[in-house]
Amino acid sequence: AMDTDLSSQDRKDLDKFIKFFALKTVQVIVQARLGEKICTRSSSSPTGSDWFNLAIKDIPEVTHEAKKALAGQLPAVGRSMCVEISLKTSEGDSMELEIWCLEMNEKCDKEIKVSYTVYNRLSLLLKSLLAITRVTPAYRLSRKQGHEYVILYRIYFGEVQLSGLGEGFQTVRVGTVGTPVGTITLSCAYRINLAFMSTRQFERTPPIMGIIIDHFVDRPYPSSSPMHPCNYRAGEDNGAVYPSVEDSQEVCTTSFSTSPPSQCVFTVTKAHFQAPPPVVTDTLKVPVMGLAFSHQLSSSRLSYQPAALGVGSADMGYPVLFAGGLNAAHPHQLIGPGKEGGVPPVPSQPAHGTQADQERMCTPLDGVHYSAATPSSSEDTETVSNSSEGKCGSPHDLLETIFIRKVGAFVNKPINQVTMANLDIPFAMFAPKNVELEDNDPMVNPPESPETESPLQGSLHSEGSSGSSTGNTHDDFVMIDFKPAFSKDDILPMDLGTFYREFQNPPQLSSLSIDIGAQSMAEDLDSLPEKLAVHEKNVKEFDAFVETLQ
Amino acid sequence: SCPLSTRCCAPSSAGPAMNCRAEVLEVSVEGRQVEEAMLAVLHTVLLHRSTGKFHYKKEGTYSIGTVGTQDVDCDFIDFAYVRVSSEELDRALRKAVGEFKDALRGSGSDGMGQISLEFYQKKKSRWPFSDECIPWELWTIKVNVVNLANEQERQICREKVGEKLCEKIINIVEVMNRHEYLPKMPTQSEVDNVFDTSLKDVQPYLYKISYQITDSLGTSVTTTMRRLIKDTLAL
Repeated sequence: AMDTDLSSQDRKDLDKFIKFFALKTVQVIVQARLGEKICTRSSSSPTGSDWFNLAIKDIPEVTHEAKKALAGQLPAVGRSMCVEISLKTSEGDSMELEIWCLEMNEKCDKEIKVSYTVYNRLSLLLKSLLAITRVTPAYRLSRKQGHEYVILYRIYFGEVQLSGLGEGFQTVRVGTVGTPVGTITLSCAYRINLAFMSTRQFERTPPIMGIIIDHFVDRPYPSSSPMHPCNYRAGEDNGAVYPSVEDSQEVCTTSFSTSPPSQCVFTVTKAHFQAPPPVVTDTLKVPVMGLAFSHQLSSSRLSYQPAALGVGSADMGYPVLFAGGLNAAHPHQLIGPGKEGGVPPVPSQPAHGTQADQERMCTPLDGVHYSAATPSSSEDTETVSNSSEGKCGSPHDLLETIFIRKVGAFVNKPINQVTMANLDIPFAMFAPKNVELEDNDPMVNPPESPETESPLQGSLHSEGSSGSSTGNTHDDFVMIDFKPAFSKDDILPMDLGTFYREFQNPPQLSSLSIDIGAQSMAEDLDSLPEKLAVHEKNVKEFDAFVETLQ
Repeated sequence: SCPLSTRCCAPSSAGPAMNCRAEVLEVSVEGRQVEEAMLAVLHTVLLHRSTGKFHYKKEGTYSIGTVGTQDVDCDFIDFAYVRVSSEELDRALRKAVGEFKDALRGSGSDGMGQISLEFYQKKKSRWPFSDECIPWELWTIKVNVVNLANEQERQICREKVGEKLCEKIINIVEVMNRHEYLPKMPTQSEVDNVFDTSLKDVQPYLYKISYQITDSLGTSVTTTMRRLIKDTLAL
């Protein structure tokens, strides 16, 4: 008798709301764990495709996985939809961080109006979800992923399994919405052991797994990449196109308003790094991508010019690596910017599709009541990028251009050892491009000391001895008379003034000479271990010396 | 500003009106964290209390625009929050919070104060009586500014305040989830009594922000009440 009170139209609407609410819930959660700031635009004109009046982008892969997990069912009593968020280190160890649960309980609210109140409360619940996804510990971890670890997601349907969260996990409730068929609840159970592990701590702890954690040094050799090729879908047909949302029969066409879609613009605010879409012919791509992301994510001062990488541009999508098979039990990572069927490129112009048949009707006054219109024909959402053509160069090119050694600002090295475009010298773009200028740089090549006259020859006190006092063309000013304070010329043949003039242009320091300066940074670094070994041998002497200073 | 500002919406000296839900949050922050902490809380509340723009059509039907959202990272707190994508709204909040921060720093204050976000409805009265402003939800954030001695303390404060704000967000969401009283959806002629329709991209419920600086005895020293009244009604 539960359903008899609900009109069939209401029932249909309710089922649709719940289904799309579940899909949007998954999108919000996964997008909040990609490691990037999310930004969508408000639009004053109803676009018709934004469920619950919120601009939440649909990542097709994620929708696909969610639909697969749901397999046409809806959350019901005992059948919950769960999104599991876990962390996986580059050594392969993984750990569950959170389980987000969308559940239904038996408590019904028969009086509530489906097409208005339930809809608006679901919208409110999604807003709460947006807020809560940023305050659990996994958020901060996910913002720093890419280098030593990645964040994975997995969707399953059925019974909630919290055992993987370790002891003492905590729960936060996002909210509930009563409906005539039951009460929807959304909550998150999260591991807390990690809460005490600040992300900085995690970065600094060395080899749990034998990785050297160092954000700020480029790895010069591809083989030392910390990321292993992920369990990428190499077997999967690379041309796989995820059914874009409109393929399905009852896609997220909103019933409520007229003009269609896509004024929901998805932009990732941080990126000025644009990576090529990975062509899945070569798993070697994957670690490259991982490293590229790590540079972006872990060190914001690195900025790679797209041109330098020699690759085409694509929207920076989701720096979480995508892997795993189609098996729902497998964790999934998202690779970005998506592979085929991945992130649809942001449409430059919103597409305008056909108008819906009916508008959302409201009679105001007492408790506004919406009557939902029938779904219109498939609207067109953002076009899915199906291109599988590689826009990037060969993997080798990528590797070469990415692993450029960073050069310190004052390192004296010939320009030709460094690719100008990738110099990480501050203000590198303002650096003179002319290689020869280095030779003229007085920092590198101080001018030759002029031949000094015998100090006894000239009288120091002669007036207007400007000429003789400067054999030296580098003075910015001409010394007219040189009378150093406190000097007496009858005490010592060499007094302060003489000393000054003689040593005005000291000879070049040997450490600044070109020969030594030309030694590459790499050699310096390579000789460090030896030097360290020597120092370590003498550590007792050093300690004794330090003692004497105290 | 609203020509009615001196007459309507006078602060109720007797406290919140009947049926007005009141929530109080307390935070202790360093001086430079005040703005970000206030913005985080205010934006989180307004995220839940804003809809898309209404577009009324014939026969009393209307459609609702889309609300976009964006992540905001704090510079002085280990914290991030989500706000509505509306530059106008952000500017309005920043202005109010900036004034609050300046007042906190000013003389007569030992670093304690509170900022309030009140949602209200307008009730039309017949001439010569002025319209009434009836608050239905009041959020008060009590702030205690602390002074820290060294960098290490500041670092700890960054993290601690971040954790505290996480708790506040959870508190706010709990309140929102109670689904208690919300004004009825208005007709076109009534919409400005319920919503602030002056922004071009989103539509928050009518709200105003005010603040008070207290001295150490907890009494109000400077009753500087600033109002930000969003009102499109012409007199």
